[in-house]
Amino acid sequence: MNSKLKETILNPILKGNPITVLVLGICSSLAVTVELKGALVMALSVTIVTGLSSLICSLIRNTIPNRVRIIIQLVVVALMVILVDQFLKAFEATYSIDKQLSVYIGLIITNCIVMGRIEAFALGNKPIPSLLDGLASGVGYGLILIIVAFFRELFGSGTLFGFPVLSAIGYTNNGLVILPPMALILLGCIIWAHRSFDKDLQEK
Amino acid sequence: MEYISLFVKSIFVDNMIFSYFLGMCSYLAVSKNVKTANGLGIAVIFMLLITLPVNYLLNTYVLQPGALAWLGEKFANVDLSFLSFIIFIAVIAGFTQVVEMVVEKFLPALYASLGIYLPLIAVNCAILGASLFMQQKDFAGIRESAVYALGSGIGWWLAIVALAAIREKMAYSNVPKGLKGTGIAFITVGLMGIAFMAFMGIGN
Repeated sequence: MNSKLKETILNPILKGNPITVLVLGICSSLAVTVELKGALVMALSVTIVTGLSSLICSLIRNTIPNRVRIIIQLVVVALMVILVDQFLKAFEATYSIDKQLSVYIGLIITNCIVMGRIEAFALGNKPIPSLLDGLASGVGYGLILIIVAFFRELFGSGTLFGFPVLSAIGYTNNGLVILPPMALILLGCIIWAHRSFDKDLQEK
Repeated sequence: MEYISLFVKSIFVDNMIFSYFLGMCSYLAVSKNVKTANGLGIAVIFMLLITLPVNYLLNTYVLQPGALAWLGEKFANVDLSFLSFIIFIAVIAGFTQVVEMVVEKFLPALYASLGIYLPLIAVNCAILGASLFMQQKDFAGIRESAVYALGSGIGWWLAIVALAAIREKMAYSNVPKGLKGTGIAFITVGLMGIAFMAFMGIGN
């Protein structure tokens, strides 16, 4: 693997992480971090949607007129999201996926990460690097989602993936961690940690 | 009386920002000073008021299972709800374009103050999110959905103006280096969310 491809894959996960550095796509994601399962489903869905829509937009990049590109991108993304949503609906009962998730799956359409990667990368690059860039952005996003969900589920309900961990040793659940504001505060702390390690990212 | 209760509830209790994290990207990006925040907030109220009733009508008469019964017996069992994402986003993107042109032509003063924020709205999750919640909540009529649109729009405007005011003051304070900018903004939003939770319970 050459170094440029490696850079394409690693950059969105660390130095250019969509959530902690670019602050994109927070909209539809934080509400699904109450438990690890929802966060995992959301992370996988976003990764698939970002990867595939980057691939498709990159394939047709030479035929899109510049003027209407936003609408075309929205249609491609919406198509991918419908596919993912239908897929999840089919397996909803088997894996008992929360129904509330459906609204947030729909909101992947307006998730700025997807549009952002298409605009910034896919429209100017060949299909394969675009696919990798899209997938890596999804992974970088999912990573943060899973970290937040890990802390929220562990301290909020004392479980991990539904298995009792802290509650088994007599921990009293902290109700505040379950509530929406705590997700924001946790994310603020993750950003703080990330920027203390990587001094280049600090804002003046 | 129901309308007042729904209105108050959608501003304070079901606040788009503090309880659903919708529209977060532009919320954090455009909240650095009060004047621009005010412009974006008003643009969001405006677009919500237009798109939500339109999407309500589309949902009731075209998309819902059995909604096409008015076309005749044959269509009584058609379920088009899988198309709702793409239809909603098309309505939102289309109306954004149309409203931008109309406002530019007939209301130049308003255009000068809203101008640059209007195109941003098409990818604002709060607008699509409100439509998806409308679908989930099963409103009884178009008036109810308009009240919901107005309420959630005002809630969003309130949240962004409040955050912008705080951030303006915060520019002069001594924040730890890694937290500067985005990090402290997240934590501030979290604390504001906790304050807003005091409204929980009204409107029931």
